[in-house]
Amino acid sequence: MSKPSDLVQGTLDMLILKILALEPLNGWAISQRLKQMSSEVLGVSDGSLYPALHKLEHRGWIRAHWKPSENNRRAKFYSLTRLGRKQLEKETANWNRVSAAISGIVQLKEA
Amino acid sequence: MDIEQWLYSLPPRLRSFFHPHQVDQEMKEELREHLEQQIRENIAKGMSPEEARRSAVRTMGGIPQIEQQCRDARGGSVLDDFTQDLRYGLRQLLRSPGFFAVAILCLTLGIGANAAVFSWVEGILFRPYPAVAHQERLFALAGTARGETGAGGLSWPDFQDLRRNCSLCEEAFVSKITGSTLSVGDHAETVRGSIVSANYFAAIGVRPILGRGFEPGEDVGSDSHPVVVISYQLWRDRYKGDPEIVGRMQRFDNVPHTIIGVTPEGFYGTFVGWGMQFWVPASMEETFESGGYKLEDRDARWIEAYVRLKPGVRQSQAQQEISAIAARLETSYPATNRGRSIGIWPLWQTPFNHARTMLPTLEVMVAVVAFVLLIACANVGNLLLVRSFARRHEMSVRLAIGASRVRLVKQLLTEGLILSALGTAGGLLVAYWCRHALVLLLPTRSGVAMYLPGQMDARVMAMSAIVCLLVTLIVGIIPAFRTRHLDLAGPLKADSTGVVGARGRAWMRSGLVVFQVGLSFILLVGAALLLESLEKIRSTSPGFITTSVVTTGVSLVAAGYDVPRAKIFQDELIDRLSALPGVESAAFACVTPLGYATYSSTPIVVDGYQPSLEEQPSVEYNQVGPGYFATLGIPLFSGREFVRTDDENAPLVAIVNRTMATRYWAGEDPVGRRLQVKGRWTRVVGVVADSKYESMREIPRPFFYVPLRQDFERGPALNIRTRQSLSSMRAALVREVRALDANLALYEMITLQEQVNRSTSPQLVAVTLVSILGGLALLLAGVGLYGVMSYAVAQSTRELGLRMALGAGAANLLRLVISRGLRLTAGGVLFGTVAALAVTRLLGQLLYNVSPHDPVVFGLALAVMTTTAIFACLLPAWRASRTDPARVLRD
Repeated sequence: MSKPSDLVQGTLDMLILKILALEPLNGWAISQRLKQMSSEVLGVSDGSLYPALHKLEHRGWIRAHWKPSENNRRAKFYSLTRLGRKQLEKETANWNRVSAAISGIVQLKEA
Repeated sequence: MDIEQWLYSLPPRLRSFFHPHQVDQEMKEELREHLEQQIRENIAKGMSPEEARRSAVRTMGGIPQIEQQCRDARGGSVLDDFTQDLRYGLRQLLRSPGFFAVAILCLTLGIGANAAVFSWVEGILFRPYPAVAHQERLFALAGTARGETGAGGLSWPDFQDLRRNCSLCEEAFVSKITGSTLSVGDHAETVRGSIVSANYFAAIGVRPILGRGFEPGEDVGSDSHPVVVISYQLWRDRYKGDPEIVGRMQRFDNVPHTIIGVTPEGFYGTFVGWGMQFWVPASMEETFESGGYKLEDRDARWIEAYVRLKPGVRQSQAQQEISAIAARLETSYPATNRGRSIGIWPLWQTPFNHARTMLPTLEVMVAVVAFVLLIACANVGNLLLVRSFARRHEMSVRLAIGASRVRLVKQLLTEGLILSALGTAGGLLVAYWCRHALVLLLPTRSGVAMYLPGQMDARVMAMSAIVCLLVTLIVGIIPAFRTRHLDLAGPLKADSTGVVGARGRAWMRSGLVVFQVGLSFILLVGAALLLESLEKIRSTSPGFITTSVVTTGVSLVAAGYDVPRAKIFQDELIDRLSALPGVESAAFACVTPLGYATYSSTPIVVDGYQPSLEEQPSVEYNQVGPGYFATLGIPLFSGREFVRTDDENAPLVAIVNRTMATRYWAGEDPVGRRLQVKGRWTRVVGVVADSKYESMREIPRPFFYVPLRQDFERGPALNIRTRQSLSSMRAALVREVRALDANLALYEMITLQEQVNRSTSPQLVAVTLVSILGGLALLLAGVGLYGVMSYAVAQSTRELGLRMALGAGAANLLRLVISRGLRLTAGGVLFGTVAALAVTRLLGQLLYNVSPHDPVVFGLALAVMTTTAIFACLLPAWRASRTDPARVLRD
C-alpha cells in the first residue's frame, strides 16, 4: 500500500485496531468503547463503523467469529490477526511521527 | 499488495465467493443485533419502545445504505477479479482475431504434438497393457549370457525354479508370442497369440467374460491340454459374438482346440506391437513352436516372461535375488547354464517386444516436441510482446487510475491462460486423433496390423495441464516483464520511432527470435541426420541380393501336412519353380533375414578351440535348403553349398560364415573340420560371406547354416530369385502351388528389399516425425522472424523515410532490412550450432554411419534456414523500400 490512506479513514482503522488489540469485541462493544475512549469527541457514527470492520476483515487485519455475547445472544466478535498487529504498529508509529510534527508546528510561538 | 497480505485476505475473500448468501445474512444479523442493543439501551434510558426504536435507527443511519457500504468494503472476491479478468481478456483477444487465431494455432500444434507423444509414451512404454493390473510393478524377465549384451529367452525349467524361489516376486508368468493360421468357415487368416503359463490370467488380473482362464496344471505335459482362450475381438468378428462359444472346437495350426474362454473387451494381451487374439497353455508349445518338446529342456531358451514385484520392492533388490537364483542354477546345472544369468527390465525397456524398437524413436520424439513447444511459446510470446507495446497506453492509464502492478500482471497472465487453455483443448483434440497414428507409419507385417495405441489417460491429461500452466507462465510473463518498464509518463515521452537494427528496446523480441531460429536449426540438423542415416541404411548392402529376390511362405502346418508329406511337397515345388521361365533359383529357409522370426541358437563345441572357463560358445543358426546361397546371392568363399543329398540319411554338415571361421578356427579354412551342434558332431563343408541377419545396424557376428532336411521345419519361408515382376511371380507361384494342392494358402509375397525397408521402419518413423516437426518448427521460426521484421519496419517508417529523403535508394533499404533479418538468423544459427553439436549425440541409436557432427548436414541445415529467413524478411523489406519519404516527413 504505497498510497497514504486519507486521514479520517486511516485514523478510524487505527482506533479499531487499537481497541481490538486489547481484547476481542463485537461491533456494539467496539462502538461503545470508541465513544468512551474518545470522550465522544470524535463521534464515529455506527454507519461508518461496520463498513470499516468489514474492510479490515477483508484485508486480513482482523478476524471474525461468532460466539454468545454477554446477554447470551449470538454476536460476531472481532479479534486482531498477526498481520493486523503489524499494521497497528506501523500506523501507530506513523501517527506518532505525524502528530509530533503537527503539534511541533501548532505550538510554535509567534515571534 | 504483498504476498502475506494476500494470503491473510484469502480466507474471507474465498468465503465471500463460495457462501455469498451466508456472508450477507451474517452481516444483516450483526447490524440487527446492534440495532436491538441500541433500542434496549434507549429503553433503559427511559424512552418508550416506539421512541427507542426511532432514535436507534436515526443514530445508526439508513440500514440498507450501511449494508451496501459493507458489501463494497468487502470488495470483489478472488474469483470475481478472475472472472472479470477473463471477460476482459477474452474481449481484448477477440479484438485482434488474426493474432488470436495464430496464437491459438501455434499453441494447439505445440501442445498437441506434446500430448500425442506423451500418449504414445504412456500407451507403448509405461502402461502398454490395457486392463492388466499393477503394471507399475511389472518387469520383463529374460535370459542373459556373460560376455553378451542383449537378452534372450528363458528355459521353462529355469523359469519354474525362479518362480518357486523368488520371494520378492508376487507373480511370475510366461507370455511368449506365437502365430497361427486360423480357419473359420472358408476364410483363413494369420492370427497372433501367446503361449502362456497356466497362472497367466490370474497373475494379470484379467477375468474372462465367458468361460474360464487356465487351471493349474494345464501348462504341464506334451500337447496334453488343447484348450484356448480367445480375444473379445476374435469372438465378436469371427464367431459373431456366439454366446454358446465355450466348449466349441477350433483348429489352430490344424490341431483341434477347445475354446474355454473369451477375454474382456479392451484387453489386448501382453505384447507391445500386436494385439493378441488367442492364448494357449505352455503344454501346447510343440504345436506352435519349432524345436519339439521343450518343457523339460533347460537348454531350450524360448520363453518370454514377466514378474510382478511385491509392493515396495525395488528393481535392484529383485535383480539381486534373481541373480542369486540364476547363480545357484549355474552351479546345479553347469552343462546348460554355464555363463547364463537372468535379468529384469522395466516394461519400457522390455528386450523382447516392440517397446525396445520404439524406445529410441520415442525418446527423440519427447525432446523434439519439447523443442516445438518452446518455439511455439516463443512465437506467441513475441506476438504478445508486440501487442503489449501497442497496449502501453492502456496499461499506463490503468496504472494511473490506481490499478496495482500485481493486478496488471494478473490480467496479462489471465490472457496467457485463455490462450494456453484453448491451445491445450485443441492440442488434446489433436492428440486424440493422433493416438493411433504411430501405427500408420509402420508397415503391416505378414498381413497382421500392428497395434501401438496411445493412451489418453489421467497422466497424459495431467501432463498436458502442467504444460498448459507452464505455457501460461511463459507467454504471460514475457509481456508482464515489460510492465516493469512502464511508467506513467511513458506515453507522454517521445513517440516510438525505432531504428531498424536498434538494440535496447527490441532486445527481448530479437532474443526470442534468435532462440526460435536456434531451436529450429537443431531440429533441421536432427531431421537431416536421420534422413541421411536412413538413406545410408537402405543403400547399405545387407550382404545378399535384395531387388530380384522375393520371399513368401506356404502354410503347410495349417493344411495338416505331416513331416514326410511336407518334405515331398517342398522338393516338388522347388523343381516346378526352377523350371519356370525367369526363375533363376529357389530355396526354402527356416528364417528369412531381417524378418520378425528369430533364429534358434545353440551351444557349440569346436574341434581345436578351447573356450575360456567363463565362456559357453553359443551361436545362432538357420536351417536352409539346397541352393539357398545362390538364391540370395551370398558369396561362397570356400567349400560347397548344400545340395539335395545333404538329407536326413547323409552325414550331418554345416556352413559357417566368415566371422565364425575367423573366431573359432583362427583364420584357417574350417572346411572339413568338426563342429558340435546341439550335441551332435557335424562337418563344416563351406564358408560364406557375412550378411545382415536380424538388423541392418548389427555388426558382423558368428553365424552358421545347417541343411533344412537335417533339422526339419514344416513352415519355412520360400525365397525365389527371379527376373519376373512381383505380381507375375506371385501369379505363377499360386498356379504351381495349386497344381500340387488346391487347398494351400500362400503368405504375402514381398521382395527382400521390402523386407529390408520394413526392418528399418523405426528409423523411418523417426525420420518422418522429426521431418514433420522440423518443418513445423521452421515455419514457426519463419513466422517469428517475419513478425519481428514487419514490426521493426512499421516502427521505423520515419527513419526509413529520412534515409530515403537523404538519397538512399529502395535497394539500400531492402538490403538494410534483409541484413538485419539475416543478422538475427546468424545469431540463431550460431546458438543452434553450438546446441546441436551437444544434443545430436542423443540421436545415437538411430544414426547409422553418420557422424552426429556431419558438416554436410550442418551446411544443409544452414542453407535451408538462411533461405527461410530471406523469404521471411522479403515482405517487410519490400514494404520498407516502398516508404514514401514525403508522406513520412509530412506526418
